[in-house]
Amino acid sequence: EFRRFSLERSKPGKFEEFYGLLQHVHKIPNVDVLVGYTDIHGDLLPINNDDNYHKAVSTANPLLRIFIQRKEDADYSAFGTDTMTRKKNVLSNVLRPDNHKKKPHIVISMPQDFRPVSSIIDVDILPETHRRVRLYKYGTDKPLGFYIRDGSSVRVTPHGLEKVPGIFISRLVPGGLAQSTGLLAVNDEVLEVNGIEVSGKSLDQVTDMMIANSRNLIITVRPANQRNNVVRNSRTSGSSGQSTESSLPSSTPNILGNVLQGEEESDEEDIIIEDSGEPQQIPKAAPTSESIESLSQIELLHESTQNGFLPSSEMNSNHSAGSISMEYEVPEPGPKSLEEDGTIITL
Amino acid sequence: MRRFLRPGHDPVRERLKRDLFQFNKTVEHGFPHQPSALGYSPFLRLMAIGTRSGAIKLYGAPGVEFMGLHEENNTVMQIHFIPDQCQLVTLLDDNSLHLWSLKQHGGASELREEHRFTLKGPPGSPPSATQVTAVLPHSSRDVLYLGTESGNIFVVELPSFRVLEDRTITPEAVLQRIPEDNCNRRSCELVEALREHPKNPDQILIGYSRALIVLWDLQNNKAIQHFLGSQQLENLYWQRDGSKFISCHYDGSYTQWPVSSDNRQSEPLENTVPYGPFPCKAISKIYWQTTKNGLPYIIFQGGMPRASYGDRHSISVIHGSQQTAFDFTSRVIDFFIIFSSDPAAEFDDPSALVVLAEEELVVIDLKSAGWPAVHPPYLASLHCSAITCSHHVSNIPLKLWERIISAGSKQNIHYSSMPWPIDGGTNIAPDPPQRDLLLTGHEDGTVRFWDASGVCLHLLYKLSTVRVFLTDADPNDNMNTQGEDEWPPLRKVGTFDPYSDDPRLGIQKIYLCKYSGYLAVAGTAGQVLVMELNDEDAEHVVDHAEADLLQDQEGYRWKGHEKLKTRDGPVRFEAGFQPFVLVQCQPPAVVTSLALHSEWKLVAFGTSHGFGLFDHQQKRLVFVKCTLHPSDQLALEGPLSRVKSLKKSLRQSFRRIRRSRVSSRKRRGGGGNASEVQEANAKFDQDALQEMELAPVQRKIEARSAEDSFTGFVRTLYFADTFLRDSSRHCPSLWAGTNGGTVYAFCLRVPPAERRMDEPVRAEQAKEIQLMHRAPVVGILVLDGRSTPLPEPLEVAHDLSKSPDMQGSHQLLVVSEEQFKVFTLPKVSSKLKLKLTALEGCRVRKVTVANFGSCKTDDYSENDLAVLTNLGDIQIISLPFLKLQIRYPCIRKEDVSGIASCVFTKYGQGFYLISPSEFERFSLSTKWLVEPRCIVDMPEVTSNNHVHNKCGTENAARKCSPGDCGEDERKSGRLMEHALLNDEKVLKEIQSTLEGGR
Repeated sequence: EFRRFSLERSKPGKFEEFYGLLQHVHKIPNVDVLVGYTDIHGDLLPINNDDNYHKAVSTANPLLRIFIQRKEDADYSAFGTDTMTRKKNVLSNVLRPDNHKKKPHIVISMPQDFRPVSSIIDVDILPETHRRVRLYKYGTDKPLGFYIRDGSSVRVTPHGLEKVPGIFISRLVPGGLAQSTGLLAVNDEVLEVNGIEVSGKSLDQVTDMMIANSRNLIITVRPANQRNNVVRNSRTSGSSGQSTESSLPSSTPNILGNVLQGEEESDEEDIIIEDSGEPQQIPKAAPTSESIESLSQIELLHESTQNGFLPSSEMNSNHSAGSISMEYEVPEPGPKSLEEDGTIITL
Repeated sequence: MRRFLRPGHDPVRERLKRDLFQFNKTVEHGFPHQPSALGYSPFLRLMAIGTRSGAIKLYGAPGVEFMGLHEENNTVMQIHFIPDQCQLVTLLDDNSLHLWSLKQHGGASELREEHRFTLKGPPGSPPSATQVTAVLPHSSRDVLYLGTESGNIFVVELPSFRVLEDRTITPEAVLQRIPEDNCNRRSCELVEALREHPKNPDQILIGYSRALIVLWDLQNNKAIQHFLGSQQLENLYWQRDGSKFISCHYDGSYTQWPVSSDNRQSEPLENTVPYGPFPCKAISKIYWQTTKNGLPYIIFQGGMPRASYGDRHSISVIHGSQQTAFDFTSRVIDFFIIFSSDPAAEFDDPSALVVLAEEELVVIDLKSAGWPAVHPPYLASLHCSAITCSHHVSNIPLKLWERIISAGSKQNIHYSSMPWPIDGGTNIAPDPPQRDLLLTGHEDGTVRFWDASGVCLHLLYKLSTVRVFLTDADPNDNMNTQGEDEWPPLRKVGTFDPYSDDPRLGIQKIYLCKYSGYLAVAGTAGQVLVMELNDEDAEHVVDHAEADLLQDQEGYRWKGHEKLKTRDGPVRFEAGFQPFVLVQCQPPAVVTSLALHSEWKLVAFGTSHGFGLFDHQQKRLVFVKCTLHPSDQLALEGPLSRVKSLKKSLRQSFRRIRRSRVSSRKRRGGGGNASEVQEANAKFDQDALQEMELAPVQRKIEARSAEDSFTGFVRTLYFADTFLRDSSRHCPSLWAGTNGGTVYAFCLRVPPAERRMDEPVRAEQAKEIQLMHRAPVVGILVLDGRSTPLPEPLEVAHDLSKSPDMQGSHQLLVVSEEQFKVFTLPKVSSKLKLKLTALEGCRVRKVTVANFGSCKTDDYSENDLAVLTNLGDIQIISLPFLKLQIRYPCIRKEDVSGIASCVFTKYGQGFYLISPSEFERFSLSTKWLVEPRCIVDMPEVTSNNHVHNKCGTENAARKCSPGDCGEDERKSGRLMEHALLNDEKVLKEIQSTLEGGR
C-alpha cells in the first residue's frame, strides 16, 4: 500500500516521532518495521536515527520516497549502494523474501546498531601513498585482529635508495576488526601510531603503543597495494562514503591536535564504584562543583554527537569486571529527551 | 600530551634540574661473574681478579677497588704484578698481553691500560710457536719472560713490549747445553712454568711439560743444572732460600729437588703422592712455606684420589701432623699465600691462604688454631643462593643498626678474628652519609642484610625462615659431621650453596619497618611471616593462620605446589628477627605484593588470586578479597598447567601448519601413488619447518580484555591515612592494584591504642576504580595537601618527617604500566595524566618516590618519581604535575633480569643485577653518590733492592705514582657491564637463575 503525506522540511523533528507518525499513518502501531528511502542516486538507504532521517528529509527532491518493511521478513541486503539499479525491483524482493537466485547475502546486524568501526581520515593532508586508518575498537566484541612484524622498506634519500627497517602488518585475523574494514592489508607498512612515528622504535615498542591506544587506534600505513588509494577531491560513492564523511572534521591542518584531542575526550573514562555500589565513569576534575552524574552525562552526550551515533549498550557491558555482580549500565540519554515535548511534524 | 615530551624551556627549572639530577654508574657490588684469573702483589698488598668477559678488578683494603676492561672482552688467563711496581700484566686467551698501571689523577688512583702486545712468530710458523703459556715478570722490572707452547722462551722489554730477539731461549739452545742421554727435542715442548731464583735474579728455573726442569743462567746463557722428573710437570715453586725447589705433577705427586752447582743432573730429594697410593688427580699448583719452628707449610691444589674424590675442588694444607683438605663448592680458579714479604726475613711465615673459587672468595687464617676462615669485607657471594628479590631501606636508625649487627656477629663467631690481610691502598672516599640496608631474599628461604652504605657491600646478618617449616632436609642435620680419621681430611669451606632444599621456601617480597623493627617476608608458597627483632635466643610457637583467597569461588582446582607444612610446637630461634605470625595463602600461590603498617599493626598481602589483611596484634585475619575474574580458570590451576598448555598450543600450531600444507598439496597433486605422497609429505614437513625458522617474529595487536588471564594478580598494596569517604574525616585505608587495571580501596577502622586488643579491626570496601586502559597497576600513592607523598608509618612519631598536611585536599596517584594518573580525593575524579606507552612505546617496570637534594644548597630538596621502563631507561617525573624531567639509558633492554631486579633507594640511588652475583649501583642524584675513591701509594722500596740497582734499569719515569679516579672509571664500568651482557651465555645463565628462582 502507498501513503503520501507531508513534512515540514525545515523542522523535520526526531526520528522517533517520525517513526511514530509512520506507524500511525499505516495504522500499524505495534509492528516493528524497517524504514528506508531512495536517495538521489537511486540507492535504498535506511532511516533509523535522527541523522539519516535529517539527511533523507534534506535531500528529498521534492518527494521523499520511503519504503517500509516488516522487521521479521526484512531483507537487509536490500540497503546499500546501487540497490535500485542492482535489483531492478526492490519491492519484488520485499514481497518474495526467500527468492534467492544468487548466493545468499550475509545478514549484517540491525541497522540501528550501526556504529563506526573504521574510517580513513586526514585524506586531504596525507600524501596519496599513505592512508590513515582509525579503528573504533570500543563498542565491539570483535578483536582488533592483526599482527605486525619487522621488515625493511626502501626509502629515497639524498644518497639514493636506502633500505631502512620498518614495521609491517603480517597477518589479519579472519573476522577481526582490521580485516573486516578492508582498509588494512598484509604487508602494509606501519608509519605512525596515533600520530607518533614508529621509525626507530622496536617491534615490541610499537606493539605496546598500539595496545595502549587500542580503544582508539589510528594507524598510518603505506599500503602494499597502492592501486586503491583514495583519489583526492573526487567524491566517490560506495564503501568509502563513510570514510570521507569522517574525514571531514579533520580538514584543519593541525592533524595531530585533532587526533589527540579526540582521543583525550573519548577513550579515557575510568570507572569508579563508590561505596554506594553505583559504578560511574570518572569525570574530569572540573572547577565547577557539578555532580558526577551530570558530568558523566555531558561526557556521554558529547561523545554521541561527536561520533554521530548513539552509544551502543555493548560498550558498557564490555567493562563489567571481576567478581562484582553489578552491571556498568550507563543511563541512556535518548528516551528521556524524547519525552520533552509534543510533535512538530505536521501532516 | 606533547607538552610533556617537550618540557618548556624554563631556564630556572633547567638550572635546578642540573643541580638535582645526574646519572652515574658508580660501583659493582658482589662477586665478579665467571672469574678466570687471580693475581697478588705482596708489594702493593693488592689482589687482582680477571674474568671471562675481559674485566680486571683490583681490591685492597676495604673501599679500595679498581676496575678495568680489556676491549677484546676475552678471557683473562693470567695476571702478574710487576715486582715492586704499580703495574700488572694480563694475558688473555687471544694470546695478547696487556700492561696496566695505577696512576694518580685528581687526587685519587686510577687503573689504566698502557700497552698491549701480541707475540708474533716468524712468518709461516704455527700459532703454537708463540702461544704464551707461562709469564715471568723479572724482578729487574724491565723484562718479561714468556714461555710458549713451542718451548721457546721470549724476552720482552717493558713497558714497550719490544721483543729482545737475541735473548730468546730456544729449546735447541737448552738441549745443546745438557747431556743428551735422556732428553730429546720433545722434552722441551711447552713451557709449563718459569720461576726466578729467589736470591739470584740471574737464574731462572724453566719447567717443561714433559718433566724436564732446567736452571738457566741468564747472564751466560747456559744451563746450570737440569732435573728430570718421571711425570708430566704441572708447576714449580722455589723455597725461600733458593736451596731447593719443589715440582708438582699430573699424577698427584710432588717432588723436592736440591739445587747445587756441583752436580749437573740431580736426583730428587723426596717424591710424595699425598693422597696415594691409588691414582690421584693432578696437583696443579704448590707452595712450600718455611716457618720458624722448622715445620713447613705445604699447600697445594688438587691431588685428590681420582676414583673416590676426583670431583672435589680442594686445596690441601699440610703443616707437620696437621692436614686439612679445604673442600670448595665450586671450581678453584687459583690461590695465593700471603706471607712475609720482607726480603730480609728468614722465614716465609705464612699468614693467610686466599682462594678464588668460581663462585666465591675464601680466605683461611693460617695463624690461628684450626685454620678458621676470614670474613671478607667485600666480594660477597650475593648468589650463594639465587637472589629472588631485594628491598632497600635508607637511613636506618642507629639503634636498629646496632641490633642487627649484634645479631649478625653472633652468627659469625666461627670466623677468624684476623684483620683483613689484603690491605693495600687507602680509601679516601668520604664516610657514607647514612646507614643503608639492602635486603636480598633468596631461593633457599633466607634473607640477607647487607650494609649498603658504602662501596663495600658487606653482609651484616642472615635470616633464615626455614625453621618455621617442615622440609625434607632437616636444618638440624649437621652437614659437617665427619669422623676424625676420615681420609682425606676434607673440610667444607665457603658459603656458596646453589642447591635449594625446597623452591617453595623462596622469598618473594620483603618489607622492613626501620622504626619498629618489624619485618614482613613473603614467599613462593603463599607464606607471609611477620617478625620482630629480639636480641636474645628464644623458643616460642609461631601463630599460624590461613587466608582462603578464593572464598566463595567454587569449582576451582589449584594444580600448583602444595603449601608448606608448618612445625608444630615451639621452635627455637636465634637472636635476630624472630617470626611470631605465619599467614598462609590458600591457594598457596606466589605472594606478589606485600605491605606492612607497623603503627596499625597490620600486614597486607596479595597473590594472583586476591589479597588479604591480617591484624598481627590480635593475630586475626581482617578480610580477604578475591580479585579473580570468574572466567579466569587458568589463574587457579597454578604454574604447572600453564607450562603444559603453552607446550600444547605450540605443538598444535605445528601440527596445524603441517596439516594445512599437506592437505593443500594433496588437493593439487590429485591421485599420486602412496610413496610419492609420503615423499611429498616429508618434503613439506621440512619446508614447513624451514619456513617457521625464516618467518619473522610477529606480535599480536589486541586490546586487553577483562577476561584476560592474570588480571586478578595483585601487583601493589598501599596503606594510607587519607580522605577516602568524605573530605572532613580521614581514616586509615588500604589500597590494592591489580594486573587488570583495577584499584580497590578499603576503609579501615583501627581501634585506638588503649583498646587495640579488645576491638576488632574492621574493613569496608569504599571504592573501586577500573582504569579503562586496563594496564597493570604498579604503584599507588597518596599525596597530601602540599602534594607531598604521605610519610611512612611511624616516621612522624619518630620526628623524622613533618606530619602530613591533613587540611588541604589529598590526591591519589595511580601508576600503571602505561600511564600515570592523578585523581582527586575523596571524590575520585581524574585530574592529570601522563601517558607513557601510547607516546613512547615503553612500559613502567619499577617506580618509587625519591627525594632529590640540590648539590648547591642544603635547604632545597624535592620529591620526584624515579621510573625504570621495560626499555631499561630511567625517567624522572615530577610530582605532582607529572612532567618528565630527564631520561637516562641505564640497562640494556634485552637484559630482562637486570630490569626485573632493579631496586631504587629513597634518595635517588639504585641497584640492579648485572650477573647472578653482582649488583651494579647507580645514582640519579647529584647529592647522594657512593663511589670508590682511593689512593695506592708506592711503598718505600726496601733495603734489599740491590737486585734492581744491579740491573741498573730502573726507569724513574716509569715509577708510577698513585692514580686517579672519575670519569674514565665510570666509563670502564659501563663497558664491563656491556661486556657481560654481550655474552649470550652469561645472559642465558642469568635468566635461568632467575627463572629457577620462580
